Amino acid sequence: MIGFLTLLQKEILRFWKVGFQTVAAPVVTALLYLLIFSHVLEDHVRIYDNVPYTAFLVPGLVMMSILQNAFANSSSSLIQSKVTGSVVFMLLAPISYRAFWAAYVGAAALRGLLVGLGVFLVTLGFTGARLEAPLWILVFAVLGGAVLGTLGVIAGIWSDKFDQLAAFQNFLIMPLTFLSGVFYSIHSLPPFWQQVSHWNPVFYMIDGFRYGFFALSDVSPWQSLAVVGVCFVLLAAVTLELLRRGYKLRM
Amino acid sequence: MVPALRIAGVTKRFGTTRALAGIDLEVAQGEFFGLLGPNGAGKTTLISALAGLVRPDSGRLEVMGHDVQADYRQARLKLGVVPQELVFDPFFSVRQTLRIQSGYYGIRRNDDWIDEILANLDLAGKAEANMRSLSGGMKRRVLVAQALVHKPPVIVLDEPTAGVDVELRQGLWRFIRRLNGEGHSIVLTTHYLEEAETQCGRIAMMKAGRIVALDSTGNLLRRFGDGTTNLEDAFMRVMKEAA
Repeated sequence: MIGFLTLLQKEILRFWKVGFQTVAAPVVTALLYLLIFSHVLEDHVRIYDNVPYTAFLVPGLVMMSILQNAFANSSSSLIQSKVTGSVVFMLLAPISYRAFWAAYVGAAALRGLLVGLGVFLVTLGFTGARLEAPLWILVFAVLGGAVLGTLGVIAGIWSDKFDQLAAFQNFLIMPLTFLSGVFYSIHSLPPFWQQVSHWNPVFYMIDGFRYGFFALSDVSPWQSLAVVGVCFVLLAAVTLELLRRGYKLRM
Repeated sequence: MVPALRIAGVTKRFGTTRALAGIDLEVAQGEFFGLLGPNGAGKTTLISALAGLVRPDSGRLEVMGHDVQADYRQARLKLGVVPQELVFDPFFSVRQTLRIQSGYYGIRRNDDWIDEILANLDLAGKAEANMRSLSGGMKRRVLVAQALVHKPPVIVLDEPTAGVDVELRQGLWRFIRRLNGEGHSIVLTTHYLEEAETQCGRIAMMKAGRIVALDSTGNLLRRFGDGTTNLEDAFMRVMKEAA
């Protein structure tokens, strides 16, 4: 247990020491998205009857920030450790592969949640707070952070260089998060793209998260919870098996 | 008494390269043991297999009676390894690095021992310095410190003095000899053969993944020399005969 807690603490310290880069900067980026999109679209787009567009946008931006930062934390930490060689200190120690996974995912989810909270707080001045079902907000925030944190562990293990990790981030994570209903409802899409969106697990994370704010969503939050829960279990199983085998970590 | 290290029939290939070609070796508790060989002989692969960083194709490795695969937690608790590569985590100070390493081994509040290690390795003045600001020799000594935080009964030093100046090297050996005197088993690989000759009671010489000579330092000098021979001459003869 102490090994797990130490690794978790080390991973939290690692991002906290560069907090401007890992926490403050993503909050500013999300704020810029809000300023630009709300300015351009506020009077032109109405997704739900009693929800202004800016208010609709906020939960999407919060969740997108949680997901992207959770992924960035575990993936960048692992690849840095691999490239600098310092991963050896963890591999030499009697830390189980389950504890290893849990520490990386725990720290990744925490960074995601901190950034998400920051985005939520700075956007309060624009929209006010409407929290219809806060428990759903918490469930999807934690589960979404854990899913992307786990995906980050896979990316960090698989990548041998920063270029490969950037490809993972730019060609998988970014499209999945941007094309998931952060900026729009999938009901505003043509039928074909609506169908495609239903295959994107990030859509369910954002839709379920948004339900917590407005008690309105494109699909039932229970369906979203089931999809996100299954994704988490599958990804966690894959990651734990990779770690158990020592894939790309132990020769 | 269970041996500090027991290695039986260990083989390992990397693609077409045979890194370990059937290693059998025992190191007794309390020994100061030398593992010598030219670059590519398989020394680091063997150490990595002991540490669980490399999985052998066949054979068995034990640390203090614990199988390094099946009983990896106990095996790793008993082993401290100083890696050959000069690696460090640039986010932390020396003290933070050693506290984190202690935590990995399940130890909290280890500052008394950390201070003692730092003093013995002449790093006390650098305890709060960031790892990035240290010289190569200092980083090497921090690696030694990291391997010792959990007071392992078996300590493996993979070229621990590369880049360390003479005075500090002597201080390092004094500390390692003290640990050896207190019962810790030491396994040393080095290219400074005079160090191995001075420190090690028994030596194995490796070439192309095999052990080609294994005996006490005195016997090796007698077998492969004429009474005035040093270990470097003996080593050269062994390597020549093993060709």
